[in-house]
Amino acid sequence: MQPLERHSARIICEHCDSLYEAIPLQAGQSAYCLRCGAVLDRGHRLSIEQLLALTVAAAIMLVLANVFPVISISLQGLTNEVTLWGSVQALAQGRITLIALVVGLAIILAPALQIALLFWVLLHARRGEIAPGFKACMRALEHLRPWSMLEVCLLGILVAIVKLAGMLDVHAGTGLWAMAMLMVLILLIAGKDIRRLWEELGVGHS
Amino acid sequence: MSNIPYARDQNVCLCHVCSYVCPDGVQTCPRCESPVHVRKPNSQARTWAFLIAGLIFYIPANVLPVMDTTLLGNRSENTIMSGVIEFAGSGSWDIAILIFIASVVVPCIKFLVLGMLLVTCQRRSQWAKRERARLFRFIELIGYWSMLDVLVVALVAALVQFHELSTIEPRLGILFFGLVVVMTMFAAMSFDPRLIWDAEVENVR
Ligand SMILES: [Zn+2]
Ligand SMILES: [Zn+2]
Repeated sequence: MQPLERHSARIICEHCDSLYEAIPLQAGQSAYCLRCGAVLDRGHRLSIEQLLALTVAAAIMLVLANVFPVISISLQGLTNEVTLWGSVQALAQGRITLIALVVGLAIILAPALQIALLFWVLLHARRGEIAPGFKACMRALEHLRPWSMLEVCLLGILVAIVKLAGMLDVHAGTGLWAMAMLMVLILLIAGKDIRRLWEELGVGHS
Repeated sequence: MSNIPYARDQNVCLCHVCSYVCPDGVQTCPRCESPVHVRKPNSQARTWAFLIAGLIFYIPANVLPVMDTTLLGNRSENTIMSGVIEFAGSGSWDIAILIFIASVVVPCIKFLVLGMLLVTCQRRSQWAKRERARLFRFIELIGYWSMLDVLVVALVAALVQFHELSTIEPRLGILFFGLVVVMTMFAAMSFDPRLIWDAEVENVR
């Protein structure tokens, strides 16, 4: 346990600026703002070790999701398959290249960076240490979160499968299953919950 | 409900990056070294700017074709709406509705809700504060699902490349559509929902 004085015992609602005394929450409990109804805080379901294990699993799934094709199709004896990178490349054509960068960030780069940064901070946090560059890593995780869009990508893959099934032979690839698991893992590890490390590691004032 | 103290009355403010309760008047968070503001700087002007940019891009996004299909020699260009209609025509009502919601309903809700929030905050309206706060959280949550159509076009264009038999190419419309999503995401991030509650007190700075 960290000494109590290091713990910032107050919580401010980010949606309405209400100030509350923080109360310790059990796993599965949530605290809501009385004024605006936003979530203030959640009890942690997972330990640091469990988060680290899930991060390693996510890294493996990320590799599988990127190496194996997510969809393959065949037409009159010809076959084609697409990986995540392949779909980004398909957009990198002339005037529309900018959108390839956005999609590349949303489905490959942001999740990969999230996993790498989480692995780094959690690896040290497991031993109660503050990782070198901890503050920069934690700030980067906050700024990456809105741009990581694996849920949307997964739905996009399913829609593309249904769309093409009308005119061609379509098969889901290995990458799709890895992608589905990766999405669930990212939801578990990369949420706002990770801010608990600031307090659990007792990161002090500069 | 007015018995809950506001952070600014207690001379503290929130760090948006690490949730630290910062003393008033600091420029950077003492804990994570991010910039700290009592309210997001120029929130209303920045939100308006991103919202209007999104609205402008929304026109070419709907008018220009998003993809170009060549199937056994027949060439056809699809806009977002014609894609939805094609799905509906071929009997895939579920997919048609899904794409319609992601590409048309979600961006339009974002435009309307953000515009309404900006106008009511400028007027310091006391109307339905809790419901408006909930609406803002809702559009923050649904915003990025509009990326769906961009991803579908990317996947389909990457897959259907059979030279003379059949090809699908992305077109300029998809760039504008992606930019609409990015602009509305920036608009939602620039809006400070605490402005809704600032109407309760005078002269917040
Ligand atoms: Zn609140
Ligand atoms: Zn901070």
